[in-house]
Amino acid sequence: MSALAGGLKLSREDRPIAIAALFLVAILIAGTVYTWVRFGSAPLLSPTYLLLQLQIGAFLGIVAAGMMVVILISQIDLSTPWTLTAAAMMATAVGGPWAIPIALGIGLAVGIVNGLGIAYLRVPSMIFTLGVNAVMRGLMVAHTGGFAPQTEATPLMRSLAAERTFGIPNALFVWIAVSVVIVLILRRAPLGRYIYAIGNKEAAAYLAGVQTRVVTVICFAICGLTAGIAGVLLAGYSQKAYQGMGDAYLLPAIAAVVIGGTNILGGRGRYLGTLIGVILIVLLNSVLSIMDMPEAGRQAIYGSVIILMLLVYGRSERVTS
Amino acid sequence: MGSNLAIRLRQNFGLATGIVLFCVVYLGYHLSHPKGFSSAVLVQNSNEVFTLAMVAMAQTVPVLMAGLDLSVGALMTMVDCFASYLMTGAAAGTPLAMDFIGIRLTFGTLPGGVPGLLLGMLICLGIGTLGGLLNGMVVVYGRIQPIIATLATGAIYIGVALHLRPQPGGKIDDDLNWALTNSLGEFASTVHIFDDGAASWFAPLAWIPTPFVLLALIALVVWVPFRRSVAGRTIYAIGSAEGAAYMSGLAIDRAKLIAFTLGGFFAGCGGVFLAIQTSSGNADIPQAGAYTLNSIAAVVIGGTSLLGGTGSAIGSIFGALILRVISFFFRIFDIAPLLQPLFEGLILLVAVSISAVRVLRIKNTLELFR
Repeated sequence: MSALAGGLKLSREDRPIAIAALFLVAILIAGTVYTWVRFGSAPLLSPTYLLLQLQIGAFLGIVAAGMMVVILISQIDLSTPWTLTAAAMMATAVGGPWAIPIALGIGLAVGIVNGLGIAYLRVPSMIFTLGVNAVMRGLMVAHTGGFAPQTEATPLMRSLAAERTFGIPNALFVWIAVSVVIVLILRRAPLGRYIYAIGNKEAAAYLAGVQTRVVTVICFAICGLTAGIAGVLLAGYSQKAYQGMGDAYLLPAIAAVVIGGTNILGGRGRYLGTLIGVILIVLLNSVLSIMDMPEAGRQAIYGSVIILMLLVYGRSERVTS
Repeated sequence: MGSNLAIRLRQNFGLATGIVLFCVVYLGYHLSHPKGFSSAVLVQNSNEVFTLAMVAMAQTVPVLMAGLDLSVGALMTMVDCFASYLMTGAAAGTPLAMDFIGIRLTFGTLPGGVPGLLLGMLICLGIGTLGGLLNGMVVVYGRIQPIIATLATGAIYIGVALHLRPQPGGKIDDDLNWALTNSLGEFASTVHIFDDGAASWFAPLAWIPTPFVLLALIALVVWVPFRRSVAGRTIYAIGSAEGAAYMSGLAIDRAKLIAFTLGGFFAGCGGVFLAIQTSSGNADIPQAGAYTLNSIAAVVIGGTSLLGGTGSAIGSIFGALILRVISFFFRIFDIAPLLQPLFEGLILLVAVSISAVRVLRIKNTLELFR
């Protein structure tokens, strides 16, 4: 596989994406062979099934898009789970036309608080976002009394998350819109250049005149906003908000970003990779559930696949000077 | 001598603040507790803190190398599940067998009685140590960033734990549970030493909680020698400047392997104790995640820098103590349970933001970007 990638003369950024895409195809083929032998059908290749998977993948994809932006500036956002949950809970609690603006506002506000703490107080992002996550959890526990909120998602939220237009799930459109914005920022806007520059060396970016602290705040704001969007969609999809609804999105989002070839230390990575990473994780999950794999086996396979893929292309260079 | 002490104090400023903070908070706790300063309260507190303290020590070692171990909670949980099979203390012994993909593997029989218990405990600690070694091998030979490598291995450990205990269950020998989760006096009377704990010289010590003694023993017998060894110093050097450490001819790969292995051992100790304390095994994923995140918080509060190079596992023990004492306080002051998570989060946030004082003192902005 690496010989093939070498033969095509792929750049350092494209190689992981190509290999991840190959891996994606391999999972599809393996899953299809399995279902063909066992059930005599190939649901993995039917457009309806794939669209359904993409609809579920949209939630993870949107979270991962924001996560990628903060990972590119060599930070991380661990507050995503409860930012997402808080946005979802407040959206259903407020209801009406203000549901979605409130949710997005909460995501944005949490992101800005994260950014301020990390950029101006210089607290490591790992621990500051962890604290913010705990605070958001505390606020929501106090707000709901520890019970599942009884409020329901608004029709607009439901329509965005669960309904279809021209046979294509609306959630997919939201995902595409978020993706286009992120790609435009990363590839076309000066902000994108600044993000990569900070990820490579913040001091150098600062000396080159980039307002690195402002950019850091913006990146965390983007990440918070995407968590808010994902919260709106997830609440719409399951009709309500519930405790811990965001917990299942943090580590897979980080994994998707890294599998897609983005350097966890920042400064390198393409959005296409993140997209493929998300689809890979979603497909892997669905193949494992088709195979009736118990949770134990799923977790183990999930971990092994991440290690395996990173062994193929995610190895960092030896530090020698 | 005086200036020497001043230098050491300045070098360990984070640790010193942690200890002082803990002493003040814990003194306040005992003063306001109706049964303060009693052995029973001490025993209860040390039981609640032991596992987190071990997991925080496990987290410290990778953090000193500017890495992060997201698998500590999972590894601890896996060992906990193993322990619920291997430390039952069944008199007839425990047959070791498992089904793996439909194949039945047998490994002989674990003897019953005390030798079996000790052997089972050793095996459990060994499993934790092996898990740490696996982390180290993925990081060193796979050259994958620790945070993402341990994210993956953590999923594998949780998978194994779930395979062992799909539902919470299992059992730990009652005597073992009693001996290790009470005061030294009870320990002596359970294992029949010092005239069953009635020896006159032993009486002044009988109130000390056994978990506390274990914690101090592990810190003194395992951590302190490690820190003074070449590998230990290499860890600090890697955290300060890996390139410089390499150029100085330090055995970087070996030190990293040893560091992760040691972290695995600490996590294993935490898992064994959690099993003993709860007398069962439980593959609880949220709990594993909470332990991992709390371990990071404990490490930071204990004065270890996430950028690596400074701090110590002793500090992390105090970090874990502070974290737990905060939650003890909620019980006395009758704070509504619903507000407790909020206060915990706010205290954590404020505690880590205090380090922002550094930012105010910096004169050259470039020094910010370290």
